[in-house]
Amino acid sequence: MLTRSEVARLAALARIELSDDELDAMASQLDVILSAVAAVSEVASQDIPPTSHAVPLTNVMRPDVLNWVPRSQAMLAGAPDVENGRFRVPQILQEEQ
Amino acid sequence: MADELLSFDAVLERFDPVLGLEVHVELSTKSKMWCGCPTEFGNEPNSQVCPVCLGLPGSLPVVNAKAVESAIRIGLSLNCQIARWCRFARKNYFYPDMPKDYQISQYDEPLCFDGEIAVEVGEMAYQVPIERVHMEEDAGKITHIGGVGRIANADYSLLDYNRAGVPLMEIVTKTIHDTGAAAPEVAAGYVALLRDMVRALAVSQGRMERGNLRCDVNVSLMPKGASELGIRSETKNVNSLRAVADAVRYEMRRQGAILSAGGRVVQETRHWNEAGYTTAGRSKETAEDYRYFPEPDLVPLAADPAWVEQLRATLPEHPGKRRARLRTEWGFTQREFGDILAVPGALDTIADTVLAGATPIAARKWWLTELARRANEWGVALDELPITAKQVAEVQALLDTGQINDKLARQVIEGVLAGEGDPAAVVQHRGLTVVSDTGALEVAVDGAIAADP
Amino acid sequence: MNLLSASAAELGRLIATREVSSVEVTRAHLDQIAAVDTCIHAFLAIDATGALRQAAATDARIAAGEQLGPLAGVPIAIKDLLCYQALPTTAGSRILEGWVPPYNSTVVQRLIAAGLVLIGKTNCDEFAMGSSTETSGYGPTHNPWDTARIPGGSGGGSAAAVAACETPLAIGTDTGGSIRQPAAVTGSVGVKPTYGMVSRYGIIAMASSLDQAGPVARTTLDAALLHTVIAGHDPMDSTSLTTPVPDVVTAARLGDVRGLRIGLVREFSGEGYAPGVELRVQQAIAALLTAGAEVVEVSCPHFIHALATYYLIMPAEVSSNLARYDGMRYGLRIGDDGTNSTETVTRLTRGKGFGTEAKRRIILGTYALSAGYYDAYYGSAQKMRTLIARDFATAFERCDVLVSPATPTTAFKLGERIDDPLAMYMSDLCTIPANLAGIGAASFPCGLAPEDGLPVGFQVMAPALRDERLYQVGAALERELTAKWGSQLLAQAPALTDTKVVW
Repeated sequence: MLTRSEVARLAALARIELSDDELDAMASQLDVILSAVAAVSEVASQDIPPTSHAVPLTNVMRPDVLNWVPRSQAMLAGAPDVENGRFRVPQILQEEQ
Repeated sequence: MADELLSFDAVLERFDPVLGLEVHVELSTKSKMWCGCPTEFGNEPNSQVCPVCLGLPGSLPVVNAKAVESAIRIGLSLNCQIARWCRFARKNYFYPDMPKDYQISQYDEPLCFDGEIAVEVGEMAYQVPIERVHMEEDAGKITHIGGVGRIANADYSLLDYNRAGVPLMEIVTKTIHDTGAAAPEVAAGYVALLRDMVRALAVSQGRMERGNLRCDVNVSLMPKGASELGIRSETKNVNSLRAVADAVRYEMRRQGAILSAGGRVVQETRHWNEAGYTTAGRSKETAEDYRYFPEPDLVPLAADPAWVEQLRATLPEHPGKRRARLRTEWGFTQREFGDILAVPGALDTIADTVLAGATPIAARKWWLTELARRANEWGVALDELPITAKQVAEVQALLDTGQINDKLARQVIEGVLAGEGDPAAVVQHRGLTVVSDTGALEVAVDGAIAADP
Repeated sequence: MNLLSASAAELGRLIATREVSSVEVTRAHLDQIAAVDTCIHAFLAIDATGALRQAAATDARIAAGEQLGPLAGVPIAIKDLLCYQALPTTAGSRILEGWVPPYNSTVVQRLIAAGLVLIGKTNCDEFAMGSSTETSGYGPTHNPWDTARIPGGSGGGSAAAVAACETPLAIGTDTGGSIRQPAAVTGSVGVKPTYGMVSRYGIIAMASSLDQAGPVARTTLDAALLHTVIAGHDPMDSTSLTTPVPDVVTAARLGDVRGLRIGLVREFSGEGYAPGVELRVQQAIAALLTAGAEVVEVSCPHFIHALATYYLIMPAEVSSNLARYDGMRYGLRIGDDGTNSTETVTRLTRGKGFGTEAKRRIILGTYALSAGYYDAYYGSAQKMRTLIARDFATAFERCDVLVSPATPTTAFKLGERIDDPLAMYMSDLCTIPANLAGIGAASFPCGLAPEDGLPVGFQVMAPALRDERLYQVGAALERELTAKWGSQLLAQAPALTDTKVVW
């Protein structure tokens, strides 16, 4: 039920380059996994409230106060490329033609 | 600009415009939405970042209580319902200005929903229905290097995440119908109302020119008598009130031309060009799949009704009501009052000047002529000029008591703006008093001697 | 006194009374790592200099008369998912190779504050996704009981390091069994506390609503002492509980199960369970009966769907949590040749930097969340999560704790399941329900399966916040079985080649 082209679409959405072999292998493996998990949607009927969080906490907030030390050097230290205190990245496509 | 345009009147003969407005308001909290970094504008790049707003592996967000409070107060001002229980959601998409490659936002459970607000245009009041007010975070700032500074042909880009994680409120209207020829003014009036509201609430600086308030304008046309909505365009980041009206007008005319020629409007994102037209952006035919799901790192919000009522009690006078009241109190015509509303910040500065003792007519005169001209020259807002409402009232008092004339008053204002002190001090320092009796003459002569012995 | 086989509690006592120094203890463990880690490969990074400096500092504080906690001066290894400024943190992934975090996780801060000595980072499956450490980008860890076998996963490095006496203590993280399953197959003790008891701040996320860090040790008391150090409210983690941490240490010291009602989960037996595993679990229950517990059999009908539920929720969260590894701000960047766009560079970086299992789960999760499938997959899984939590609630009305095997089988051979994801996923069959419900659970050693002589883990699950019950049962079991065996289970492990005998 999960086709190779569907996997390719998902890989594009997830920004992952996959080789042809990987696409083939993944399509069949994901298919097996998806059939194994299909039963969940059959059993879980409409009137059950979904659980998104493991603990029943609400309203966890912090006061609007500054809690910060300027550490731009450290924050930039792990970057692949830096220029003038900013993260340098390759050209960004999209938006305008 | 190659778009065919139908005349505005021709559009209105055949179609009814339908509007939808999405306004992003950057909150003026001290700290960011999820972390304790400052939100200050204009500092060294990446000086206001930490593991949280940089989305470093392992970091976690914690909600800024003030931001939630501000969102609820905005919602209440727009007569919204406040959700008894709601969650944050992740909006998943890749873009280098989003450090986590997802934006924490709200999806099908906004904090505030189902509101309504009246927008006055001329003698008419238009009801703008509010769909939702929800909380989210701002993105970092991209600088494109090389090319001609436009995205498509930049050689590379530089990223500053100081703005990443600054609290944003998104205020979304339902579709706005039955505005007819007033559509452009209703859109601009609504945004102006929001701007004044967030300022009155003191939750945002509300400056469109600085991007504190950003507007996306959705426009579609319905043929007269039709019952189905037309296909809409969404014009992004329209950054002034005038541009909001112009973008609506332009899109009405552009779509009118397409539809009149038997064509089909493309559902797409468009960009507003300062020169007064829109250009096509990304087509929405292949809609982004944002894969929203409840944010597991943040727990649900359950706004206690008692807290909401407490916040309701803190609301300032509703901007619409306040306008109506001031207009009556000041005795201006709709037109005279409209001129005040057209200048950002003028209503507040005039009101303050009246409170400081000036007549409404005098206050209006100074702020809309001499001072508006100065603000315009310097590229600042009225309330950023180095003169206070009290000082303007003092100038007027000097004028009213005959100590200076109108021409000298302008010089006094000049002096205050130049940092020479209060009006009385400027008068004395510059020796500007009108000579009307001998005592004053002596003062003036002494002053002149003192200044130039 | 053998410094390598001694418990952490004992080492802490000796260091506090200055009978041995932390430096001696630390050096002994660094030597053991040097001797055995070439064949175990439990560590991805070792900080010998830093560890000895910390040890000397702790010795000095003790010499100055400072009263430190019971684990002060004791070495500890941390899973490579925890940010620690002194060493690279890679989450076992090539995409983060060499990345040194500019901040410490809350757990690391607490360990440092308690005077523990951080000796190194332990290997794990890539981003904790696996049950064998075979998905680590840096090669697998080997099981000290049989180096041809898996040490469990994802926290195989932490469990193997403890079992091989390279460290008396380690930190693991558990999303679907990553502390308990490795503990089970290496004969060590592993505890996943109640979700929210230990801060997740600074721990690289796999599936945020399921992840929980916890102790790995050789004895129940050691795990309890470590639990106490790392647990507690953290304002940096919105899901952190504010309720007081239960007194797990006293529970572990007393090991009193008299009158405790133990529920055996019926669904976790039968087909697919190794006979030796079932035998040892039965014997463990018998030992607990001897110690005064009552045993009932309970049914949790939705547990059979737990694995499937997990494989919808977890990948969905993974797909989002792992989006940030895009080659822009940190870690690996591939293909930035001046002509490629950010989009291409991100695609190449992720294609190359992530291993097969990570990619598989990201794509599975992207699918589960995508438009048109959300309700059928993620939405249904969240409802099933509710049903599983309700099964627990019903069962806990009848009993104080639930028990089961920790894993259906003992350690399998390296390579045996790596190409069969579903078979690999079955390793976590028994451990997953506790993560979905957010409750505390633990694995304690309960013997060797007769057919292969490999360790079997006994899982105990307690209601949310009642983590002390895990230690009550674990300590009772340990007492009964140690008396029967004449030593702790790990003492029966074969000596590793090229090393001195530890036990």
